[in-house]
Amino acid sequence: MKESSLRRRIFADRAFQALVALLSFCAILPMFFILFFITKNGIAVINWNFLTRLPAPVGETGGGIANGIIGSGLLIVLSSVIAVPVGVLTGIYLAEHRKGKFAYLSRLSVEILMGIPSIVIGIIAYIWVVMPTGSFSAISGGVALGIMMLPVIVMSTEETLKLIPDSLKEASLALGVSYPRTILKVILPAGLNGIVTGVLLSVARVTGETAPLLFTAFGSPFMAVNILKPVSALPLTVFNYATSPYPEWHALAWGASFVLLVFVLALNLTAKLGLRKWKVQF
Amino acid sequence: MIQPIEGGAGQTPARAKTRDKTMTQTKAETAQAHYRPGFTLSEAAFRKILYLAGISVLVLLIAIFLSLLIASLPSIKALGISFLTGRTWDPVTLKFGALPFLVGTLITSFLALLISTFFSIPISIFLGYYYREGKASSFVKTVIELLAGIPSVIYGFWGLFFFVPIIRFIETALGVPPYGVGILASSLILAIMIIPYSASLGREVISLVPNDLKEAALSLGATRFEVIRKVILPYARSGIFAGILLSLGRALGETMAVTMLIGNSNFLPTSIFSPANTMASVIANEFTEATGAVYLSSLIELALLLFVVTTIINIIGKIIIIKTSFEA
Amino acid sequence: MESPVLRIENFCAGFDSNQVLKDINLSILRNKITAVMGPSGCGKTTLIRCINRMHELIPNANVSGKILLDEQNIFDLDPIIVRRKIGMVFQRPNPFPTMSIYDNVIAGYNLNGIRISKGDKDRIVEESLKKAALWDEVKDALHRKGTFLSGGQQQRLCIARALAMDPEILLLDEPTSALDPKSTAHIEELVVHLKDAVTIIQVTHNIPQAARISDFTAFIYLGELVEFGPTEKLFTVPKDKRTEEYLTGKFG
Ligand SMILES: Nc1ncnc2c1ncn2[C@@H]1O[C@H](COP(=O)(O)OP(=O)(O)OP(=O)(O)O)[C@@H](O)[C@H]1O
Ligand SMILES: [Mg+2]
Repeated sequence: MKESSLRRRIFADRAFQALVALLSFCAILPMFFILFFITKNGIAVINWNFLTRLPAPVGETGGGIANGIIGSGLLIVLSSVIAVPVGVLTGIYLAEHRKGKFAYLSRLSVEILMGIPSIVIGIIAYIWVVMPTGSFSAISGGVALGIMMLPVIVMSTEETLKLIPDSLKEASLALGVSYPRTILKVILPAGLNGIVTGVLLSVARVTGETAPLLFTAFGSPFMAVNILKPVSALPLTVFNYATSPYPEWHALAWGASFVLLVFVLALNLTAKLGLRKWKVQF
Repeated sequence: MIQPIEGGAGQTPARAKTRDKTMTQTKAETAQAHYRPGFTLSEAAFRKILYLAGISVLVLLIAIFLSLLIASLPSIKALGISFLTGRTWDPVTLKFGALPFLVGTLITSFLALLISTFFSIPISIFLGYYYREGKASSFVKTVIELLAGIPSVIYGFWGLFFFVPIIRFIETALGVPPYGVGILASSLILAIMIIPYSASLGREVISLVPNDLKEAALSLGATRFEVIRKVILPYARSGIFAGILLSLGRALGETMAVTMLIGNSNFLPTSIFSPANTMASVIANEFTEATGAVYLSSLIELALLLFVVTTIINIIGKIIIIKTSFEA
Repeated sequence: MESPVLRIENFCAGFDSNQVLKDINLSILRNKITAVMGPSGCGKTTLIRCINRMHELIPNANVSGKILLDEQNIFDLDPIIVRRKIGMVFQRPNPFPTMSIYDNVIAGYNLNGIRISKGDKDRIVEESLKKAALWDEVKDALHRKGTFLSGGQQQRLCIARALAMDPEILLLDEPTSALDPKSTAHIEELVVHLKDAVTIIQVTHNIPQAARISDFTAFIYLGELVEFGPTEKLFTVPKDKRTEEYLTGKFG
């Protein structure tokens, strides 16, 4: 009697563990499906022309995604210029003021910013930049993506700087180094690794964003580098081609997806694995 | 008498002034003679800059809210409550009833939540209890993290070519109109997309369950399954709930994948196979072609709604997390 | 007799309502080693952190009274100037992890933006490392990270870093408490040698250490300066009963 109930319990234990493992395995399967689909369909269209040419009109074969690549690059630069300085300074502020009502409010704002849907950010950039200037533009896309990068950079800067022992700051101050120099020349370099990781992750986050660009950067079939004019971006390219009815364009979308995916995953992996090597030891 | 010192290194301007006259008699003076700083940023100025940066995020948040609110005013004035209760969305006849989108958003999000929970909780247990370290664990963890990094537009594109044919097949078998796209397709893709968010928090709270609790139960002869059921899950319950809540916040506002898969119909959905629209997808579809003040403003009002709802959800989630981490 | 380099007068310090130091009066003589001892929590660290104005970095800290360096109240000076004249070495070695040994030693100049020639830098690094008795061990590895050194070596590197600024006074807060006996002996020896160049105030927990190295000893108990005098006298004929009890191990 007792024997059999014990056996039942052990069976339940084993079965549950197997179920957990099975479901976990199923949950990571999509990653491989996606990688497989994108690689299989994407790699076929990738060649030098694909990366360096502008899109071809409907009906013509060939054509590439150079406008999307250049546009994404431009948008990343613009958004980084906006978000990195503010984000790092805010991160320093929060790391230096761990308690206090104001720091708490500031921290809460960062967390809320992190959770705002990207389409809402797109509308904000539309209201703030597109409406006053009267035109879709790279800069409005940069503002949208910059707002999305900001909380990631703030959080990772704060987390990194919090882990730096106070003794380091005291060592510097005890040498008669002023507070600004202590922060900028001792604390920031010691946390550089984590801050760079945060910036890379934030770039990875926004590079794949489409929604906030729909009515800001808008997209453009030309090689545009004027920040006051609309530009394309890789995710916009994917979206426009993927939702088109033409199979040739679907092929371009697979290729653009492949490029985008490789870039985003590489950034993520670099941030998570690669930078560990250069971590400062205390 | 004890005087408080001004915060920080206490370098007040008054004290800074005395610097010159005191630089005369000491050995360190030789070094001072060469003191030519590359940049001069006083401590007070630097602290002010940091303070401004700290305040900037709060200002940004408030500005976002106010901008959305002001831009929504025309719609709020013109439509009032009928915006939320109207079933007809027809820009041509200036009818802006957003109920179909509210319903579409809620159904897709909750269906996605339901599906994702089936997987995110096992992953949390897998990573937080069975395999806390080692190759299998770090592999699964890395893949989950990468899943969170895949752009939404790629999920949508892949969904079009992977889920849609499957669902169309099922729909044909069931005898419902075989759209393929619709609520089910978007919920499935949403589910995959939000698994990483609830799983990562779930893993964290499960791995935070104190070891002595688990060991006490094991030493009483409990199996690991019983430890999970009787010790870990009750202990980690509110943290897991917070993770699910935060992933709901994600699902509500997710745009691109849903826009590509939901079928874009402005009518109230009748089943999980119906094409529909969510708040986010209708904005993505119609914003650039919205002509007329009320039309544009009503789309912005949807964004305002999304902002308010996700913000409330995120704050509640945060509060739960803070509460549980205090209890632990 | 020589005038004191540092005079502490009616000095009190604390945190908010917690008054840690009560009415301290103390004179430190030039080129002598003064040991500060007392049981844990009595305020030794607080005292020496006040002397180079590190105490006030803590948000709720307060002070009153005077500390005169060369007859000048340090609280009338810019704290940055005070800290350059009064160097400090902490309980745990804290070399800058991003910098090489060379850059660690010269950090006081580089970080402060004091421009000096490469030749002067080389000279200061060599002299400081020699004074800190570390030169022979690291002269071939000046461009390696300071954090690769052993604990004792790191502490001597921190001493070299403080000495490079040519301070008038060097404050040492239990510099050997995180070190093994051999490194401790090394540092004690070094401190005794250093007194020709710099006035030293060393906090120590270790009674024999105070006896071995110091010229003067201050005994602090519950924030009060109980007794202060030449080390030999204080150890052989303590005036206060509490000092005697402490020296014979009755508390602390
Ligand atoms: N940051 C602080 N805030 C409030 N009180 C503090 C703080 N630091 C120290 N104290 C209090 O000040 C008192 C003196 O501390 P201090 O560090 O000067 O002692 P100490 O003599 O150096 O002890 P030890 O030998 O353990 O290093 C202690 O009672 C401590 O509780
Ligand atoms: Mg101490």
